[in-house]
Amino acid sequence: MRVALFLTCVNDTLYPDTGRAVVKLLTRLGVEVDFPMAQTCCGQAHYNTGYRHEAEPLAEHFADVFRDYEAIVTPSGSCGAMVRELYPRMGERARAQGRGDALAATLAPVVPKTYELTEFLVDVLGVTDVGAYYPHTVTYHPTCHGLRSLGLGERPRRLLQAVRGLELVELPGAEECCGFGGTFALKNPDVSAAMGADKVRNAESTGAEVLCAADNSCLMHIGGTMTRLRTGMRPVHLAEILASTKEEPAV
Amino acid sequence: MSGTFVGMPGFPAFPSAAREAVHDTTLRGNLRHATHTIRAKRAKAVAEVSDWAELREAGKRIKDHTLRHLDHYLVRLEESVTAAGGTVHWAADADEANRIVTGLVRETGESEVVKVKSMATQEIELNEALEAAGIHAYETDLAELIVQLGRDRPSHILVPAIHRNRGEIRDIFAREMGDWGRPAPEGLTDTPAGLAEAARLHLREKFLRAKVGVSGANFMVAETGTLVVVESEGNGRMCLTLPETLISVVGIEKIVPTWRDLEVFLQTLPRSSTAERMNPYTSTWTGTTDADGPRAFHLVLLDNGRTDTLADEVGRQALRCIRCSACLNVCPVYERAGGHAYGSVYPGPIGAILSPQLRGTASEIDASLPYASSLCGACYEVCPVAIDIPEVLVHLRERVVEGGEVTRGGNKVVLRPAKGHAAERAAMRAARWAFTRPGALRTGQRLASRTRRLHPRTLPGPGRAWSGTRDLPPVPAEPFRDWWQRTRGGNDVKGTAG
Repeated sequence: MRVALFLTCVNDTLYPDTGRAVVKLLTRLGVEVDFPMAQTCCGQAHYNTGYRHEAEPLAEHFADVFRDYEAIVTPSGSCGAMVRELYPRMGERARAQGRGDALAATLAPVVPKTYELTEFLVDVLGVTDVGAYYPHTVTYHPTCHGLRSLGLGERPRRLLQAVRGLELVELPGAEECCGFGGTFALKNPDVSAAMGADKVRNAESTGAEVLCAADNSCLMHIGGTMTRLRTGMRPVHLAEILASTKEEPAV
Repeated sequence: MSGTFVGMPGFPAFPSAAREAVHDTTLRGNLRHATHTIRAKRAKAVAEVSDWAELREAGKRIKDHTLRHLDHYLVRLEESVTAAGGTVHWAADADEANRIVTGLVRETGESEVVKVKSMATQEIELNEALEAAGIHAYETDLAELIVQLGRDRPSHILVPAIHRNRGEIRDIFAREMGDWGRPAPEGLTDTPAGLAEAARLHLREKFLRAKVGVSGANFMVAETGTLVVVESEGNGRMCLTLPETLISVVGIEKIVPTWRDLEVFLQTLPRSSTAERMNPYTSTWTGTTDADGPRAFHLVLLDNGRTDTLADEVGRQALRCIRCSACLNVCPVYERAGGHAYGSVYPGPIGAILSPQLRGTASEIDASLPYASSLCGACYEVCPVAIDIPEVLVHLRERVVEGGEVTRGGNKVVLRPAKGHAAERAAMRAARWAFTRPGALRTGQRLASRTRRLHPRTLPGPGRAWSGTRDLPPVPAEPFRDWWQRTRGGNDVKGTAG
């Protein structure tokens, strides 16, 4: 099976290790991965901040780049939800505004074949044990868009539970937002920081070494709060844990 | 811009109003305790109902149907109320509603009214209007009483005094009750029973004296002209039954077509709001009867921006709201910012979408409310009438930054973008330009990587909002796409180490 990696602009620029982990993991599972070099950004920041017409050319660009692949895999619940939940709405909106079906027709082909990484592993490949080894205590934060927009449910936890050496501890208040929220973090810094601090304190109370999530944007906010509060905990993307093996352990 | 008024003008924007609350540890502790307790109870009460999803869908459909045919059902309601011996008054805005109610009270010759908790009368600031006319309005809902005695403002839809703890309430009662009527008993403690008894004695005096009652309503049934109030304390029922004149001020969206429709909401409202299977008191009243209850009944139907909101295809779903406050109790932003930061009687997620629609987005606070959310979606998940609050927030954000056509005062007007977004708009356009050109993105990434050792630890300009409380991640030496190209996707063994 040949899939396209949609890495997201944040991961590409700031978290290349997550991209390498996805490539390593999928290759190990017998999947041929391509990275279309023309990919950029799904348009979520524009859309959610209210610049919806600025998001449209980005969505069209996304659809052009990824149209011909069998499946599109992304290590981000948030950007995955943008494609799956909001691209159809962009199409409907253009139609309602009397701009015809062109946008909907452009976007439609990529919507059903875009998968968040854990969905792809569990639903498409049918695996929960990906052969990983990660000898650390880990607590899992289900990010909002993965949890509520995509409905990832127990998939990430099942994948983590199957990792050898890993001890999974429950995060109190796991389903509460960490306070990132894209431009929310900049527009409402005090509330955002207070939410982040509470998330970090809850994580700290578990005694885990690592807080794991499937969205680097949320991890950027949580991790930045962790170092500022000097917790000693580390934020790690789920893909990096799943890619880790005894021979090639994740850092 | 029309002058629809939903209380508290000239309020600062949400971020600065929230800052104070975030750093008030007592307030945050009170809110955290209260919202987390009710949140857990609600989840349990909802889980007991096997057909919750169907009830939610039914509530949504009933409300949508009624809103679509609102003109028809309002006329039907007026006919029913009139046939039952009541009088219907139509109020386009807050001023008109206040004028009508003040006039009705004056006609009775009374200078005091008792009130059952009502969002609509808070929305139009009726108490202040009555006060200006020399009429004292006494709030009789326990939490409203606390707010009124404390010269405070409500901070929650269902629990207006949620921001107060028991000790604070004791102090307010002991200090203030004497100025308003019967003083608090000597040696008042902060036990719930002691506080409830003090309130009971204080309020009983008012109930037995009052000739005029003012209420809102949770629902109005078009087919019979019946109004419905659901409550926990029974104080509302005293207001509805003891006075000689009853004046109910109700938003036009509170209508349901038939009694049968109440079946749905009387299940979803108490479970969503107080986490009870059924609320202790459900009172219904229809016009007047000879042998019992008020001699005169007036219904003031309030528009105050609702028809304008109804004209908006996306935003109108906010009018489905049954004021259960489940969205407040689950909202992580409300929990930290507190209700006052929203600058309206409608706080929390529903307030963030309702106020900028009822009042317009011209003021600083109204332009900031659509951004008072991290779009986490918890509010939508718990809403018993399935209002997609995140969707409406994004819709209103677009109105703020880009302007657009809206209906105000029944007329189509084109709004200009709100002030203060020029730099952001330029940045968004620039980002869109770069993101539609992969080469430009790559150049930017490489530049960031090469200069990474020069990056400051704290950022200037808008970035300071980030680096004031959180560290930034270091920029990696090489963006992923360069690694991919250099190593041919990791297939070049030599490159994988890089």
